Amino acid sequence: MADAGLQLGIVAAYLLVALAVGLIAYRVTDRTAEDYFLASRTFGTVVLLFTTFATLLSAFTFFGGPNLAYSAGPEWILVMGLMDGVIFAVLWYVIGYKQWLVGRANGYVTLGEMLGDRFGSVGLRVLVAGISLFWLIPYVMLQQQGAGTAVTALTEGAVPYWAGAGGITLFMILYVAVSGMRGVAWTDTVQGVFMLGMVWLALAWVLAAVGGPSAATSALAESNPEFLSLGGGLYSPAFIISTAVSIAFGVTMFPQVNQRFFVAGSKTVFKRTFVLWPVLVLLLFVPAFMLGAWAKGLGIAADQGENILPLLLNEYTPVWFAALVVAGAMAAMMSSSDSMLLSGSAYLTRDVYRQIATGITDRRETLVGQAGVVAIALGSFGLSLFQPATLVEIGNTAFGGFAQLALPIVVALYWRGTTRTGMYAGVVGSQLFYTLSVLPFGVFESVPVLSVLAAPATLLPESYVLPFAPGLGGFQPSVVGMGLGLVLTVTASALTSASAAEDATAYEGLSAD
Amino acid sequence: MSTARAVGWGLVAVVMVALAIPWFLWGASAVVAGLPIWIWWHIGWLALLSVVFYVFTRTDWGIGVETSGGEIDG
Repeated sequence: MADAGLQLGIVAAYLLVALAVGLIAYRVTDRTAEDYFLASRTFGTVVLLFTTFATLLSAFTFFGGPNLAYSAGPEWILVMGLMDGVIFAVLWYVIGYKQWLVGRANGYVTLGEMLGDRFGSVGLRVLVAGISLFWLIPYVMLQQQGAGTAVTALTEGAVPYWAGAGGITLFMILYVAVSGMRGVAWTDTVQGVFMLGMVWLALAWVLAAVGGPSAATSALAESNPEFLSLGGGLYSPAFIISTAVSIAFGVTMFPQVNQRFFVAGSKTVFKRTFVLWPVLVLLLFVPAFMLGAWAKGLGIAADQGENILPLLLNEYTPVWFAALVVAGAMAAMMSSSDSMLLSGSAYLTRDVYRQIATGITDRRETLVGQAGVVAIALGSFGLSLFQPATLVEIGNTAFGGFAQLALPIVVALYWRGTTRTGMYAGVVGSQLFYTLSVLPFGVFESVPVLSVLAAPATLLPESYVLPFAPGLGGFQPSVVGMGLGLVLTVTASALTSASAAEDATAYEGLSAD
Repeated sequence: MSTARAVGWGLVAVVMVALAIPWFLWGASAVVAGLPIWIWWHIGWLALLSVVFYVFTRTDWGIGVETSGGEIDG
């Protein structure tokens, strides 16, 4: 329990630092919506780089990623490299830079707003926001669940789940609601730098204790020789491609990441972030995931549901250091959730509420935005107490769900011939296909109206093997759905003509100079 | 000619994505300096990527995005 006390102390200290940073940010925040949600588009390179990075990947770096490398081999490093280092970086330019230009020229705060204007359609705007919230809220719920479980594990049950998850939720509400994007991004930056330092210290510490990387890898070669050969087991080519493609595209449409496309202060910031991105991916994932893989060779045993990295650190590093890393991981969960709360609230406020209510001032919109943060945080916390199976499944498949939005939007950004009907076809068609493929619609067989969906859901396969290349393994429904969305958007656009309200050239002729 | 350069950069992007996984090392298990050889490929590739990105930002940044276009992806 002394360890638990120390760990709790470190977590509490982090929370206080986060709150302090949030309060400082509050002091320099104007009371306008653009400032609250986007910090008035003023971010520099370091803040943009780390806020995107911490938002995206934080808790996964410490827990999920090393666990995967531990159980299936270090190929996960390459999957993440392809996904976040390469594909996401290309999308950073193709989608992100384009959105930044369009957003800056027209003052857009959300994706739905950008689309609604181009296609002259409030319906499309509300639809995109609605789909985003559908995938986002269960995902936030999973983060709270993770944080609550971690606090319970940390204190060996002394702090019950509801108190842990509830406490962290309240804390996030405090600093997110108060300080908005600036506070979130500043805490993310502190967080990202802290995380990077911790990972390298952990690597140095463990390797010094076991006699260097060669010794650690030799141990792995003896216990699990298959881990050292590229591919095999979980890692089929189709798995690697499907995972990397659907997560990389999905990430760009996650509200908290997509909104970050709007916040860069200048073109130079965009360029620098782009260049530094692969370096950051390399610096963080190679050590974090190799530690997970090495833990296997070092004979660290993890039970089902236990995280490998804390176990490894407990074995080779002092208690206080392991505690710092665990605290860092929990803080990391918060740095993802806080951004999701803020962006979820932006979608709810601007894309839904403001489309219904009239005569809203900027000050009032900010207040409603703050109320939205509180509502989403409390709502998802409430849900996390019950953890309904369907919602857990929605949270787990959220990346694929967001990925379905990406291609219709890329088409809209670059092809003048895209029509509103095309967008509806692509967005609705791919969402329908994907949800029927991955969500447990079978349970609705006895429900009157929804039973219509149960039948096609059971017909759709879990994976797709190419008949001419079965050796690649099965591709996931998410990539098939993305292809379907692309085809539907292009075909339906080609077959229909734009209505008078659509502005085909809205995204053109923009330059940063 | 900017179209030719856009196509060129598009090809570079395709190669960067396609070889991010060293498919030609599939099944290879040699260990070099304490890490599997394909992890070294990954490290080298992402470092190269950063250099390529830097060159891109210094030369043709904005191509295909700032001007309007008919292309669907880059």
